[in-house]
Amino acid sequence: MFVFVVSFFTYLLFSWSGSMSIQEVTIAFALAVVISFVSSGSPGSGGFWNTKGLSLRRWWDFLYYIFGPFAMGLAQANWDVAKRVISGRINPGIVKFDPHLKTSHGRMMLANSITLTPGTLTVDVDDNGVFYIHALNLTSLTPTEEDICGVFGQWTRRITE
Amino acid sequence: MILGIFVGLLLLVSLFFNTLGVVSLYRFPDVFTRMHGATKCPTFGTLFAVFALLFYSFVRFMSSGESRFLVLFIHVFIGGVVLLISNPTGAHALARAAYRSGALPEPAAVDALEKTQKSKGGVTA
Amino acid sequence: MRSVRAMDEEDYGMNLSQCFFMGAAFIMGVLMVALIPRLISGPTTADRLVAQDVINTLVSGIMLLLGAAYDSVVMVDVAIVYMALSFVSGLYFARNLEGGM
Repeated sequence: MFVFVVSFFTYLLFSWSGSMSIQEVTIAFALAVVISFVSSGSPGSGGFWNTKGLSLRRWWDFLYYIFGPFAMGLAQANWDVAKRVISGRINPGIVKFDPHLKTSHGRMMLANSITLTPGTLTVDVDDNGVFYIHALNLTSLTPTEEDICGVFGQWTRRITE
Repeated sequence: MILGIFVGLLLLVSLFFNTLGVVSLYRFPDVFTRMHGATKCPTFGTLFAVFALLFYSFVRFMSSGESRFLVLFIHVFIGGVVLLISNPTGAHALARAAYRSGALPEPAAVDALEKTQKSKGGVTA
Repeated sequence: MRSVRAMDEEDYGMNLSQCFFMGAAFIMGVLMVALIPRLISGPTTADRLVAQDVINTLVSGIMLLLGAAYDSVVMVDVAIVYMALSFVSGLYFARNLEGGM
């Protein structure tokens, strides 16, 4: 259902140019039905009628996360990497970290957040959801969740579970 | 005029970060550290270019009322979302492939992935 | 004020912001050219793929900027399609490097 709504509105947004005709809406509806039926077989989607992704609270939390903590983290990360590019002081290494996430959407979201934020890059995720993270500047050899992703882990759990 | 100056400032920030992304590719010693600079900086820089475009089209739409600027706004917005999702995902796939193809992190304080690869019998060719 | 405005928008057919978009696109093109040595001489294939990834990001940025500079929304659409296709091609190259294909 989530895929249906997203593809329907994306098509309408793309095809809108000043006015909207009934043909466009019909085509958007047909294409959205086709796309959501094709994608409903993929792992983690939960079938066509799964309305879990449409909860308003999750969407509100998601938008708040993107414009609040995530935007701050993004700006800090780039400032940090900029300083390291110019000064050249690095201490890299790959560390292991288990965020205890159950859903694949949550893992994808946290992995992308980690990749875009302070000095960390997700290298591998194994079947149990353990993340292997390449850090640009290690402060300890066994970092805690706080060191790696700050508040992102809590937010991801809150949004996707 | 004021619009032009503000857009110019946003574009300067964007160019600064894009340049840093390019410099980091020549300055860092191995693939993984290069990937840090090559993912974060160009994404952030291009995101600022997207902000400049959004600001420009929004102000032009408000002042002239022509719908083509609103269309530009919507399309650039969707472009920014696509950029923000696809870029880190691609970098993650690339980092994983780089590790499995045998490119080791050259200066590395600790390598947690190495032990698991060995215990599984080694995926690398 | 009136004359400045007329010179700004009607004589050249392009206002100040659009000139800035054009200049920024040009500098991004220079950055892209600066990446070509890394693309050719990267010690490993992974280095070349990283350089190619950055070039893809810069190209989509240039397309977005030129779309606004030339007042054509179609170019922005092409940029979105380019982003999606470069993402898919990046995944394919990564899979090939891993040895799965």
